[in-house]
Amino acid sequence: MNSFWNRFSRNKSAVLGLFILGLVVFMASIAGLIYPDDPFLYSRFPLSGPGVNGFLLGSDSIGRDVASGIAHGAKTSLLIGLIATLAAVFIGVIFGAFAGYYGGLVDDVLMRITEVFQTIPSFVFAILLVAIMKPSIESVVIAITVVSWPAVARLVRGEFLALKNREFVQACHTLGMGDVRIMMAEILPNCLSPIIVIGSLMVATAILIESGLAFLGLGDPNVMSWGFQISDGRSMLRVAWWICTFPGIAILITVLAINLVGEGLNDALNPRLRERN
Amino acid sequence: MNRSSKILRYVAKRLIQGIPIILAIVVMNFFLLNLAEGDAVDVLAGEAGSATPEYMEEMRKKFGLDKPLPVQLAVYLKNVVQLDLGRSHRHDMPVTELIVDRLWPTLLLMTSTIMLAVGFGILLGLFAAINLNTWKDAMISVFALITYATPLFWVGLMMIILFSIKNDWFPTSGMENSAAFYEGFDRVKDIAHHLVLPTITLSLFYLALYTRMMRASMLEQYGQDYVITARAKGLTERRITFVHVLRNALLPVVTMAGVQVGALIGGSVIVESVFAWPGLGMLAFESLFARDLNLLLGIFLLSSVLVVAVNLVVDIIYCFLDPRIEVN
Repeated sequence: MNSFWNRFSRNKSAVLGLFILGLVVFMASIAGLIYPDDPFLYSRFPLSGPGVNGFLLGSDSIGRDVASGIAHGAKTSLLIGLIATLAAVFIGVIFGAFAGYYGGLVDDVLMRITEVFQTIPSFVFAILLVAIMKPSIESVVIAITVVSWPAVARLVRGEFLALKNREFVQACHTLGMGDVRIMMAEILPNCLSPIIVIGSLMVATAILIESGLAFLGLGDPNVMSWGFQISDGRSMLRVAWWICTFPGIAILITVLAINLVGEGLNDALNPRLRERN
Repeated sequence: MNRSSKILRYVAKRLIQGIPIILAIVVMNFFLLNLAEGDAVDVLAGEAGSATPEYMEEMRKKFGLDKPLPVQLAVYLKNVVQLDLGRSHRHDMPVTELIVDRLWPTLLLMTSTIMLAVGFGILLGLFAAINLNTWKDAMISVFALITYATPLFWVGLMMIILFSIKNDWFPTSGMENSAAFYEGFDRVKDIAHHLVLPTITLSLFYLALYTRMMRASMLEQYGQDYVITARAKGLTERRITFVHVLRNALLPVVTMAGVQVGALIGGSVIVESVFAWPGLGMLAFESLFARDLNLLLGIFLLSSVLVVAVNLVVDIIYCFLDPRIEVN
């Protein structure tokens, strides 16, 4: 663990990313404390500029606090990103593990399915799925999961193909272990590093997809999110630049921080790949 | 067998491989349509205001919605093969016709985006590789990192604030000033003027992508043996870079230009809705509000077919560009 941290902290931008991500997580967790009111609550002061009428980052067309929306929106973005990624990794690992381990017909069938999902333009597919299921947190998570798992499946399949004939796996066969146990308890732990790296980068992508969906009006109407704030402030662009600008900066900073952490994890977990590029 | 007939066979093989993928997407489309709450009759009845259950039953019979699912699927497949994607209830027009109408603005936007992104991406990547590990290289890397993390729609809105509202340089929305009735070259100029902001917005992400790829590709080529040979021969570094390395480094960038088409379609939905660019993406955005699922499914199907087609074309181009590639 110590040597992992040493290798991670050698990448200064990754440490910076981790620090910023920590701040965002902290902001999300205390959102309810600093802004106890519902972020949808409107006030008597619409379209106040940043710093005017006690609004740190201004207020929107019906007087909702932009800063409060950003704080509460952080929760939405992080949660959706995390849950969708966990679900996508779960599905991708199952698909990839079975395809790589069994090979032959199983591999063919599973990889054809993966290929179809990879061919489909993912954002358009996500739009379609949410539109059909009606916008809600659940449907957004499902849609992001459905478009994200194929990348994991391909990665895990490759790892399993490379590992399945190694001595330690043959030893497991000799011991009479079952296939599922070999896959999940023996091979999988050996390919965790790349899965963690791809997973961390997927959280960033998931947040971007979520904000895009919310911008198109496909977010959960009862939950505050950054994409919703931006889409809502769009019509006020001419008179109130701050409504769109600040939530966008929040997305940018969060996604950037996660990407930096992901690259740092890549460096720390795959020391052999470090010299590449 | 000679090379051209080999390539022909390869193209035929790839075409046949593409068919099951398209078929799978069509079947998925059908089930998604069935999954959605309410069918076409519910929508029509809702629009008519009042409809008796008996009347709705009769309508279902007329549309074949009372038949078992496999029969409906067969009918749906037959219709898709005949390019009949159903009717859009919002526009009261066949979906195919609507899509064809809106196709060319999207193609225009995508073409200009790819040209801008690939062109500048190659230049920037080359520049970064030549100035490896200097502040110029670092600046380009930082630009790429930030671009990866920025949501497209936000870039578009910031562009509008900066270049349309604060400075009145470019129009905020639309594809042309239809009230001006421009003709001939004036119209081309007007459309180009409207095209600037959407193209820059959509291309930023890909610009970053191609820049990074070009840089990595250049570095990989620098490590090859032929570079050492060229140096031993006494060629100048300039000549090695621009004549030998550059040409070889371009190959992977060309392939990636094809692979990214799916993402480009998704991006154009966002950019077209931001700039009210009247293409397929805007049509998809409008169909969301009208809950016009037939139309949305049609656009989805077309964009999937487009991805399969572009990938095929890129593979073929790649065969011609690099004779070393085996086409078996």
